[in-house]
Amino acid sequence: MTFTEVERVEGEKGNFSVTLKTRPRYIIEDRCTGCTTCVKYCPVQYPDRFNQEISMNKAVHVYFSQAIPLVAYIDDSCLFLKEGKCDICRGVCKMDAIDFKQTPKKVDINVGAIILSAGITPFDPSVKEEYRYREYENVVTSMDYERLLSSTGPYEGKVLRKTDKKHPKKIAWIQCVGSRRVTPGDNSYCSGVCCTYTQKQVILTKDHDTEAECTIFHNDIRSFGKDFERYFQRASAYPGVEFIRSYAAVTKEIPGSKNVVVRYATPDEGVKEKEFDMVVLSVGLNPPAAYKEISEKFGIDLNSHGFAKTDSSNPIKTNRPGIFVSGAFQGPTDIPESVFTACGAGSQTGELLDYRRGKLSTQRVYPDERDVSQEEPRIGVFVCHCGANISSVVNVPSTVEYALTLPNVVYAKQQIFSCATNSAKEITDLAREKGLNRVVIAACSPRTLEPLFRDTLREAGLNQYYLDMANIREHCSWVHSKQKEEATQKAQDIVRMSVARASRLEPLQEFDLPVNKTALVVGGGIAGMTCALSIARQGHEVHIVEKAKDLGGMARRLHTTLEGLDVQTYLDKLIQKIYQNPLIHVSHEATIKNVEGYLGNFTTTIETEGRIKEIKHGASVLAIGAEEYKPTEYLYGQNENVFTHMELGQEIAKGNETVLNAETLVMIQCVGCRNEDRNYCSRVCCGHAVKNALKLKKHNPDMRIYILFRDMRTYGFREDAYREASENDVKFIRYEPEDKPLVEAVKEGKKTVLRVTVPDYILGKRLELDADVLSLAAAVIPSESTKEIAGLFKVTLSPDGYFKEAHVKLKPVEFATDGVFLCGTAHYPKHVPETINQAYGAAGRVLTLLSRDTVTASGSVAKVTEYDCVSCGACITACTYQAIEFVDTPKGKKAWVNPILCKGDGLCNAKCPTNAIVLKHFTNDALLGQIDAASSAEEIMAEMDAVLEEV
Amino acid sequence: MCSGRVDIEFILRAFAGGQDGVFIGGCKLDECNYVTHGNYDALSNTYLTKKILKHLGINPDRLRIEFMSGADGQLLAEKTDEFTHQIKSLGPLGSSEGLKKEEVTFNLEAARKLVPFMRLVERERLRVPVKSKKAYKDFFESEETNALFDKIFSEKLAVSRIIRLLKTAPLSTGAIAEKLGLKPSDVSRHMISSSRHGMVRYDTAGKCYTLVQA
Repeated sequence: MTFTEVERVEGEKGNFSVTLKTRPRYIIEDRCTGCTTCVKYCPVQYPDRFNQEISMNKAVHVYFSQAIPLVAYIDDSCLFLKEGKCDICRGVCKMDAIDFKQTPKKVDINVGAIILSAGITPFDPSVKEEYRYREYENVVTSMDYERLLSSTGPYEGKVLRKTDKKHPKKIAWIQCVGSRRVTPGDNSYCSGVCCTYTQKQVILTKDHDTEAECTIFHNDIRSFGKDFERYFQRASAYPGVEFIRSYAAVTKEIPGSKNVVVRYATPDEGVKEKEFDMVVLSVGLNPPAAYKEISEKFGIDLNSHGFAKTDSSNPIKTNRPGIFVSGAFQGPTDIPESVFTACGAGSQTGELLDYRRGKLSTQRVYPDERDVSQEEPRIGVFVCHCGANISSVVNVPSTVEYALTLPNVVYAKQQIFSCATNSAKEITDLAREKGLNRVVIAACSPRTLEPLFRDTLREAGLNQYYLDMANIREHCSWVHSKQKEEATQKAQDIVRMSVARASRLEPLQEFDLPVNKTALVVGGGIAGMTCALSIARQGHEVHIVEKAKDLGGMARRLHTTLEGLDVQTYLDKLIQKIYQNPLIHVSHEATIKNVEGYLGNFTTTIETEGRIKEIKHGASVLAIGAEEYKPTEYLYGQNENVFTHMELGQEIAKGNETVLNAETLVMIQCVGCRNEDRNYCSRVCCGHAVKNALKLKKHNPDMRIYILFRDMRTYGFREDAYREASENDVKFIRYEPEDKPLVEAVKEGKKTVLRVTVPDYILGKRLELDADVLSLAAAVIPSESTKEIAGLFKVTLSPDGYFKEAHVKLKPVEFATDGVFLCGTAHYPKHVPETINQAYGAAGRVLTLLSRDTVTASGSVAKVTEYDCVSCGACITACTYQAIEFVDTPKGKKAWVNPILCKGDGLCNAKCPTNAIVLKHFTNDALLGQIDAASSAEEIMAEMDAVLEEV
Repeated sequence: MCSGRVDIEFILRAFAGGQDGVFIGGCKLDECNYVTHGNYDALSNTYLTKKILKHLGINPDRLRIEFMSGADGQLLAEKTDEFTHQIKSLGPLGSSEGLKKEEVTFNLEAARKLVPFMRLVERERLRVPVKSKKAYKDFFESEETNALFDKIFSEKLAVSRIIRLLKTAPLSTGAIAEKLGLKPSDVSRHMISSSRHGMVRYDTAGKCYTLVQA
C-alpha cells in the first residue's frame, strides 16, 4: 500500500487495530501497466522530487524507474486537479486507468505486530548560514550529488553544474555537515555513513572523469565498517584526490564563474581559502521528519535525538510490546545493518505470531500438465502493443503477419497489453483452443514479466519452460523511436530468433526437496545464543555447539556496554533462557568432525565431552565469534601495568587498586590493526576506550587520562560519550602511524613509570607522559578456528580472515552457500547491541528457510550426459557453488550435478570439452538455433545474389 | 544464465552465419549477480576468440565485450552506437579483410571444430590467476601468451582446414597447399601426422590424400 499513512493504532500485541489513510493517486493501480504514455503527453513541467528538484518531471509520472508498484501517480501540480482544465492523459490512456474522482480512503486493518521502518531524513544544510546552500547554486548536498552521479539522474548520469551545465573539474566535499556538533540546528551524534559515502562519490567522480580534482575536508575518517579501511585507501590513492583534516566553511561565490570559495585551516599553513567549481556538503542523517507524530501515534518513546528509544539488550524492541523498529530509525545505520535489523524484526514478529503462521495463505492449484513431448512444435506468437510503447514505433500487425510465416508457428495475434489480466486469460484460452505447445510473447524484457507469463502457461496446462519472450520494447521500440521501418524489421528478426529457440525448448520439472526443520548453531556466545533462542521460540529445534565448557563466549569478559547494559547479568539471564528452552540442546566442549549435505538436509558429526554425536539439520548458523589480539608492542606482557582495553574493563570491575588509583593513565588506540598485517579497523576499540575513561573519571575525577588515537571512531550516538569524556578533561591526542607513540619503563624516584612519548600536532612539540597504567586498544582478530569451520561448511573468507557473507549490502547474514548463515563478530568486529541485531537477523533468515516444508529447485540447472563425460573435472573447477562432484558409475568416475546447489549460471557448459554438461533451458541446441536464426533465409539469399552479381 | 555461458562456439557460429559484428554485454566486473564472477570467463573467452579471428584473417574489432549494470541504459546505447558505426565503417564481414565470403565461412567452420580443444588449452595454459581487468589485459596481450597461442593454435587450425577441404574431394599435397595458401612442406608435415592419427590416408593410385571415413 503506497501513498498510505497510519492514522491510528489501538489494541495490544497480537491484536492491533490500525487505521490507514490512503491518498488518491488518481490512477487505478490494477489497470496501469506503467507504460508512461500519459507522461509523454502531460503538458505540465514540475520539479522532479526524486531527482532533488534539479530537473523537471511531469504532473503525471512514475516516481522513479524502479518504483514498486511500477505505476504512475498524479501530483498536485496537475492542471485538472488545480483548475479543472486539461485531461489529455485520460484520453491517451488505453487502459482507462486515470480516475480524477478518487478521494482519500480510510481502511481499518487488524494486525498482530507492527514494524517501524521509518528511515531517516537527510539533514537540510540551509538552516546553517555557513554553507550557503540554496544561496550559491554550485553548492549541493551529497544527496543532490548522488542523483547527479546516477544514470537515472537529472542529467542522465552526467555530473553537471546547474549554472553553466559544464562538468565541474574541481570539487570539494565538506564532511560532518549537520553532525557531531552541539550548536543549534546541528546534531550532536555522528551520522556514521558520510565518510564512506563521500569516498564512494569520490571514486565514482574519478570514474566519470579521471581529470577531476577532488578535495575532502574532514574531521576523523570513520572507516569502521567491513572493508571500509581498504575503501578509504582506494579513494585516497587516486591522483588528484586530497584529504585535508580541517573544518571548512563556504565564504563566497565568484561573480561570473559562480565558483565557490571554501575557507579552512591546517596546523602548518593556518587559515587558507580555495576556489572550487562545485562544493558537496556531506549531510548527515536526521530522524524521520514526522518522528514526533510517529511517537504519539504508535505510543513509543524516542531518545533525545528523535530516534526510537531502544534497549541495547534488544535494539529491535520498542517500549510498546508488539511494536518493533528496524533500519535507521534505530539510529544512524548503513545498508547491511538496516538489512539485518529488518530480518531481525521479522524474526521477533515471528516469535510473537508463530502460532498463526501460514493461516492466511491459500495454495494455488494449476491444471494437470499436458504431455506434448511427442508432438511437433506448435508455436503461438503474441505481439504486444504495450499501449503505444511498442506500436507507435514497430508495425505490430505486420509483425504478426510475419510471425505466421515462420516455421512451426501455427498461430499469431496482437494484444494491446499482453500483461493485462484479460490478455493472459486470452493466451491461456487460445493455447488450449489452438493446441499450442509453445508460446512466444513479443513484448518487454523477461526480467519483469517472465514469471507472470510462465504462470499463464501453467494455467493452460503447458510446462512453464515452453515460454520464450522476444524483447521488442527495451531492445527495439524504445531505442529506435526515430527509425520505424528498421525497428519493425528488427522486431521481426527478434521474433524469428525467439521462435527458433522456442521450437527447441524442452519441458523441465522443478522439484521439491523436504526441509529438515532443525537448526544447528555453531558458537554459544551472545550471537549464537540470541539467534538460537529466537529460532526455538518459533517452534524449531536448535542444537548449539560450543567449544568451551560454558556458554557465554567473549561476552564473559565484558562488564558493561557504553549504553550502560550490565553484560554479566544480561548474559546469565540469556544462558538461563537457553537451558530452560526444551527445544534447545547444547553440546559443550564440542568440535565439529564432519559436515555433509546441503540446504535443508545437513548431517553434522560432532565430538562432545568425549562422545560422537550426529546431528541432522536443515540450516546452519556460524556464530563462532572473534578473539583479542595479544600485543607484542608497547611492553605488553613485560610490564604488569600494561593492559588491553578489555583487560582494563575487567580490572575496573574487579576493583584493581593500581588501576583505580592511578594518577595518570594512557590509552593507545589501533594496536595490531589498521596496519600492514591487519588492514582493517577493529570498530569497537574507540568506544571501549571512551567507556573505560568515563568509568575511571567517575571513580576518580582527578585522574589524568590521555587517549592517543589516529581517528576517533565513536560513530552514531557514541559520539555523545566521546564529547562527555572530552568535557570531563580526558585528553585526546592524535598520532600518525608513521610516528607512533614510544613507551619505556623509567625509574622516577621510588616508583617505575611508563613513559609515553608522542608528537602533538596541535602544539607542534613532543609530549612526554608518565603513566602509571597503560591500556592498549588491542585489535579484534578472527577466531583461530574460522578457517577450519569455513572448510567444513564450504564457505569462504574475506581478505581479513573473517567470514565472507553472500553480499556485503544485500545478504549480510547469509553465505553464498545456501542454508548456511552467519552472525556476530565472526562476520566482523561489532559492539554487543550490533551483535544482537545481527543475531536476530540471522534467525529471521533461518526461519524463511525452516518455515517451509520444501525448497524448490529451478528446472534450469546443469545436467551431465554420462556417456559423453571424460571425467576431466573442468566443470567441477568452474563451479563456485560446489554443485558438481564426481560419482562412481559402472563406467568409472563421472561428473554429477546436485540440482539443489546449481544456480544455472552455465559456466560449466562453456568449459566442457565434450559438451557433456548442459545447462537446461539454455542448451547449445536452443541457443545456436537462435543464433542461426539471426540471419534470415532472405538475407542469406540476398547476400549470395550480391556475390553472384560481382562475378 | 551468465555472460560466461557465452561460448566461443556461439561467437564463431554467429560470424559463420553472416553477422558482421558480435557484441557481448556482461555485468560490471567485480559486481557479479551470482557469486561466481563468470563475467571474467566471458572476458577470457572474448580475448581468445579475438585471437582466433586474427588467425583467420578477420578483424578482431568485429568482436566486442562491454560490462555494465542494469541501470546503465545510457552507457549501453552509447557503446552500441559506437560499435555499430565501427562495424558499418568496416563493411560486411570479409570486405575490409580482403577475404571472400566463402573463405571466411570455410575458415570459421574449421576454427569451430577446434572449440573443444580450445577449452582444454584454456584450462591448462591460458587461465589468469588474478581476477582483474588489468591482469587479464596484461596476460592476453603479452608477447608470451601470443607466442604460445600461435604455436598451439596455428597447427591445429591448418589441420582442421585441410580436413575440411578433403571433405569435398581427395587432393594432392600441392593442390591442398595452393587452395589453402599454405607451404607444401607444411602440408606434407601435417598429412604425415594426420595419417599417423588415422584421420587421412594416402591414395597411392590417385596420388592424393583422402579422408578416412569414420
